[in-house]
Amino acid sequence: MNTIPNMNFSRRRFLQTSSAAALVIVGGALINQQEAWGLETKALKPESMQTLIQMARDIFPHDRFADKIYAVAVKGYDDAAVDDEALKGIIEDGISELNQLANNGFDADYINVGWESDRNALLKQVESGPLFQKLRGDLVVSIYNNHDVWAMLGYEGESFSKGGYIERGFNDLEWL
Amino acid sequence: MAKQYDLNDDSVVVVIGSGAGGGTLGTELALKGIDTVILEAGGRHEIDDFENDEWGNFGKISWLDKRTTSGSWRVANDFSGLPAWIVKAVGGSTVHWAGASLRFQDYEFKAKTTYGDIDGASLLDWPLTLAELEPYYDKAEDRMGVTRTHGIEGLPGNNNFKVMKAGADKLGYKNCHTGRMAINSASRDGRPACSQVGFCFQGCKFGAKWSTLYAEIPKGEQTGKLEVRPNSQVLMIEHDDSGKVNAVVYADKDGNQQRQKARAVCVAGNSIESPRLLLNSASSLFPDGLANSSGQVGKNYMRHMTGSVYAVFDKPVRMYRGTTMAGIITDESVNDPARGFVGGYEMETLALGVPFMAAFLNPGAWGREFTAAMDMYENMAGMWLVGEDMPQESNAITLHDSEKDQYGLAVPNVHFDDHANDIAMRNHAYQQGSAVYNAVGATQTYPTPPYPSTHNLGTNRMSEKPEQGVVNKWGQSHDIANLFVSDGSQFTTGGAENPTLTIVTLALRQADYIAEQMSQKAI
Repeated sequence: MNTIPNMNFSRRRFLQTSSAAALVIVGGALINQQEAWGLETKALKPESMQTLIQMARDIFPHDRFADKIYAVAVKGYDDAAVDDEALKGIIEDGISELNQLANNGFDADYINVGWESDRNALLKQVESGPLFQKLRGDLVVSIYNNHDVWAMLGYEGESFSKGGYIERGFNDLEWL
Repeated sequence: MAKQYDLNDDSVVVVIGSGAGGGTLGTELALKGIDTVILEAGGRHEIDDFENDEWGNFGKISWLDKRTTSGSWRVANDFSGLPAWIVKAVGGSTVHWAGASLRFQDYEFKAKTTYGDIDGASLLDWPLTLAELEPYYDKAEDRMGVTRTHGIEGLPGNNNFKVMKAGADKLGYKNCHTGRMAINSASRDGRPACSQVGFCFQGCKFGAKWSTLYAEIPKGEQTGKLEVRPNSQVLMIEHDDSGKVNAVVYADKDGNQQRQKARAVCVAGNSIESPRLLLNSASSLFPDGLANSSGQVGKNYMRHMTGSVYAVFDKPVRMYRGTTMAGIITDESVNDPARGFVGGYEMETLALGVPFMAAFLNPGAWGREFTAAMDMYENMAGMWLVGEDMPQESNAITLHDSEKDQYGLAVPNVHFDDHANDIAMRNHAYQQGSAVYNAVGATQTYPTPPYPSTHNLGTNRMSEKPEQGVVNKWGQSHDIANLFVSDGSQFTTGGAENPTLTIVTLALRQADYIAEQMSQKAI
């Protein structure tokens, strides 16, 4: 996975009404043409994976993170769901419930609800449910333990192999 | 040349645990020529095993065995299976500790006398004084190489400290410096100076930070009088008909039960496992557990008043670079009831990496308020707030009535409710911590709730009177002369200071006492 794509973010955001719009489903695969990656699902419906990616972004929204960051964070569920019917049930049932709520309130599936605040209101309704609880708990590790994320947030990671920061700016703050 | 003792050798002193208490005591006994076996539940991870990776190293060395929680403390909700953040490995929590090494203050040994009757608090004075401990504090500081003592220079301040210091100066605090740290500011005792790696909590890859793993235990082993057995989970302490302890039953690395005979037993498994072991060792002679005639084993659990403040600035700080806790403001570490609470607290620099910041900034949070904070990670400064909490009899380690561990023994439940004094102190500390950062232009401050407990104290407390506690002023149990407690569970009260230096000090003093008692054939 690459780090920040070298492109104009404000322009990109302007062109993209929601991140999900950049994702299209072709056969059993999710394709993100702008970011040049694809993801084939094995156990979950591709629409479910698309919804998980959107939920992940809505739970931990970082506008400068590409969809790929969120896709990587939830991809493991599809692998695990191959042999884990219970997990598959939690995901598919949770998404059905969310889409039901979205259709009741906005006449659209979750990913097609246009404003984040509206999607947040939907998530609030399922916040205590098993899918949300699992997603939030897993994502707080899987997103923030991603080295590409570290780089974007300005965290340099391991330093022992470079001799620590004794010669590399442990006290370089000058603005005070 | 580390010695191997026979399981039937009943002349050995058995120490349970190899951290600040057990690792120091076992080494000191060996240096005195006393045959010693340390049984350590965790594995032996040498420095090469440590990883500059928060989750990676957490999974490797943490105590992750099943525990349950109850009570109104937020940790029970946020981390219901992980009440304490401590280490299961040779070296114990001295592998991941920050290195802050502060002496208790005189008044803190006299908590009951100083604070008076506090509703709901089970305060006691310690059965010893600062004056009695001073020679041993001296010895401990010298041994650990504590900066700003014994002519040892302070550590250089990192970026996080610079922000704290500037804020402290603006606010009028008088006592802000880079701390008394058991981290070498210059090479000492065969270990190098700190290289400002920034992963103090993941084990010091340079060995600049004192740990029993490499700064004590190997010296004990070199005497030929110390054997350390890793992967040895103690299940029970046994006694003879007269009520003297005489053996320790443990599960070895393969899960097989072994029985090591012993002349004396010293319990140093940290304040959750130590009382659990005494309770799980109940017998027909001691139906309520060993050393528990007072009923105080497991009671009065303390975890320090804690909290953190992280602050965002309009320019980068990069707080994670360099020594994690080399920065302190001690001005609030006084007893000034005019603030609305008794006892004091320390303000100490603290940095977490991105993975732990996400886990601990506001557990359970999601959405833009949370990610706005994470987006400003590079511009954050941080401090930990740590102060004296009130002992309460109802805060306790108890044996779970149904949950068992892999050996069939009851798992410990950790029950904790904040005392009103703890809450008032935390609120004051949040306010003052935020003020430090606001004084130098913070654009946001985040009052961050307590992490799982790193300072676990008081569950086998020292008392003058046998009916009020578990051990006497030497850490010797009131009930059984050859059974000792050698970790922070013997603390009568918690003080405001990080406890490791006092645990080491008590262990060194206890070693002298045990040697004397043995030479007098009293034990």
